[in-house]
Amino acid sequence: MAFRRIAKRGLVFVLVLGGLWAFWEGYKWLWERTGWSRPFRVDDLTLPHVHTILLQLGEPTSTGDDLWLFLLRAALFTAKSAAVGFAFGAIVGFVLGVVLVQFDVLRRGVMPYVVASQTIPILALAPIVVRGLGSVSINGEPPPDWVRVAVIASYLTFFPVTMNTIRGLRSADPRALELMHSYAASGWTVLWKLRVPSALPYIFTALKIAATASVVGAIIGEQTASISNGLGGAILNFNKYYVLEPASLWATNLYAALLGIGFFLLVLVAEKGVVHRAPERLV
Amino acid sequence: MSTVPSTSAPSRRVGEHIRYWLPAVVVFGLGLAAWQWLLPDVLGVEEFLLPRFSDVVQALVDERDKLLRGAWITFKEAFGGFVLGSGAAIVAALVLARWRPFGNALMPYMIAANAIPIIAFAPITNAWFGLLSPWSKVTIAAVLCFFPVLVNTLRGLTSVDPESIELMRSYAAPEREVFRRVRIPNSLPYVFSALKVASVLAMIGAVVGDYFGGSLEALGIVVLSAVNLSQYSTSWAAILVASIMGIAFYGAIALVERYALSWHPSVGRRVQ
Amino acid sequence: MNGDASVVSIKGLSKVFGKGGVSALQGIDLDVERGEFVSLIGPSGCGKSTLLRIIGDIIDPTDGEVTVNGKPARRARLDRDYGIVFQAPVLYDWRTVVKNIALPLEMLGWDRAKRAARVRDMVELVELSGFEKHHPWQLSGGMQQRVSIARALSFSPALLLMDEPFGALDEMTRERLNLELLRIWTETGSTVIFVTHSISEAVFLSTRVVVMSPRPGRVAGIVPVDLPQPRTAASREQPRFFELVTQVRESLHAVGADEVEETLSTAEEIA
Repeated sequence: MAFRRIAKRGLVFVLVLGGLWAFWEGYKWLWERTGWSRPFRVDDLTLPHVHTILLQLGEPTSTGDDLWLFLLRAALFTAKSAAVGFAFGAIVGFVLGVVLVQFDVLRRGVMPYVVASQTIPILALAPIVVRGLGSVSINGEPPPDWVRVAVIASYLTFFPVTMNTIRGLRSADPRALELMHSYAASGWTVLWKLRVPSALPYIFTALKIAATASVVGAIIGEQTASISNGLGGAILNFNKYYVLEPASLWATNLYAALLGIGFFLLVLVAEKGVVHRAPERLV
Repeated sequence: MSTVPSTSAPSRRVGEHIRYWLPAVVVFGLGLAAWQWLLPDVLGVEEFLLPRFSDVVQALVDERDKLLRGAWITFKEAFGGFVLGSGAAIVAALVLARWRPFGNALMPYMIAANAIPIIAFAPITNAWFGLLSPWSKVTIAAVLCFFPVLVNTLRGLTSVDPESIELMRSYAAPEREVFRRVRIPNSLPYVFSALKVASVLAMIGAVVGDYFGGSLEALGIVVLSAVNLSQYSTSWAAILVASIMGIAFYGAIALVERYALSWHPSVGRRVQ
Repeated sequence: MNGDASVVSIKGLSKVFGKGGVSALQGIDLDVERGEFVSLIGPSGCGKSTLLRIIGDIIDPTDGEVTVNGKPARRARLDRDYGIVFQAPVLYDWRTVVKNIALPLEMLGWDRAKRAARVRDMVELVELSGFEKHHPWQLSGGMQQRVSIARALSFSPALLLMDEPFGALDEMTRERLNLELLRIWTETGSTVIFVTHSISEAVFLSTRVVVMSPRPGRVAGIVPVDLPQPRTAASREQPRFFELVTQVRESLHAVGADEVEETLSTAEEIA
């Protein structure tokens, strides 16, 4: 009966997309007809037709590529920075979490700041960090653009991963810990056989958040450093010409949305493969 | 045979507190010292990466008018977005919990929608409301808050003990009574957890939204223009102000939570 | 046995779960008279909890008829003719003891004064005076169950349904609460249907013990308990008590139920 389930999911998917499309076009039609100006005036500039946006993808851009290809290249550039930053931030975050749990004094010293840092708009630091790195020289040259952007992504990843690693490692059932002690298990064994598996659900929760944050960080990083190769640059570029060609900006945002969702789904799939947890029971 | 909380001598408890917080205080002191001396003088960290602590404080004092004005504008944007987004999300969650088939079907989509980089839409909201209008930032902040609050509130409304529902059935309770007496109180810890996250997101939305253009005095613009003028101390000072505002906003919600959840076995217990 | 005095009348009841057809109950016929204390005992999976929930119209039967208080089970539920107690106390953390007990009364629309008076009586009945303003997590398991019982009885239902209410408690608390439950039963004059795993508990509390077979659950036998009332701790030590326990145990073995918990009182162990 798995086919039925997939068919049902597929139907819901089609219905949701269809519903969104209908909502969009319906809203546009109604607002244009009545001329309402709240919350904002609706016309082909502020809210183009969905098909206009999709058709724009086939139009050529100044680089010679058609829009869909141009955006794809941009998305891949952004994806690279985001992915590298994400991976680096996740590893550093995990290691830091493990270290802080093993050395309790360190943890007590650092934790309040890690928690407080969650409330700081780290993304706001993006311009400063990316600009600043542009003036730093390694081997006589500033680091490549995508590296500077990746730093932002890793920064955004590393805080939630650290926090959740710590929380997860410490969430191990005390009775399971006692059992380990009764086996005279070494600290290393306890860590890898008990604490880390217990921590995995928490870590993946953080990774899911970080996946999106990395993409956002990469885009913002590109923009504030005037890096034009990625989606961030594309957004700024098409924003300049918005009055002439609004659909291009919308199309860029579509790609950005798909990139964010794509990253998230990748982490989700990885989670399904790694974490075996009882499903949520929603009554 | 009720459990009575243990009482220890007050002096002993103070000692425990000091011992517990000592490492954090030490780290704070070390961090400050590093900021002031180690990084700039020993490691040669350039001024544009991280200015000396005293320089940042100096900028804070010198530009305090501009910073406070910026803080107020940005806070209004963040708070407006927070209220709009969270409010809409809670209403939507109540609706989706009431008509369960919709809620179940849409849950994965809402979780996916949460993964969209909303901030990338800032130029579009600027096109809607105009570059200088606060509403474009309010919209960004509101959308940022909407999905996390919706998903978590919905979880809280539906993660009810099945026997609780059976009990309500035994009372022949209509659905709205089940909501009022069971689901809504049960969801409060989840809602507050989500609101705390939303407060942070709203702040980010407001500040970073400004990076795309906004009222000339908003905090985000202060940061950007300071960076452009290489006045790094000022830009860091602005970030510091934003951070303090963020912490205060978060703290305010935590305070309300403490009051609203005073009945909870472990007040402020984190709900995953 | 006057049919008109039946509080619960079950005829030909069966229950099948899901399209796969897990047959939980089959052909149950049972009458419970007013004022009786009937225990349902059987191995895990024999459907005793399911039966209880069908009586309470929390689950629908597949076949057969359930009449409670002379009405169909659904009507009886809507008229709130019964109170139910689960194994977990199912109390609300955000309400104090008195507010938890008052919950059904609030829903019935009783005014404040009436509610306060009844809750006061209930608190006295379950002997929790002094703990009115406590929250559930501040109480022990046994006390929480007493609150749960007080809540179930607060609106004086004719029928009390109990699903292994003392299952999560230790032996000594259990024995004490058994005595209290009997006292409450006599004072309120209600009818009780009680699901349990424990043979000695079933015999100690009941006027009749209904033995159920493993899945699909059927009534394998009914053992009338003729121990004198009111029962006391001493009742557990009488020879007749052991005879009845043995009778129930043999009934269970006869239907192939080997896993029912057999809690022997310490007296028998010494003997």
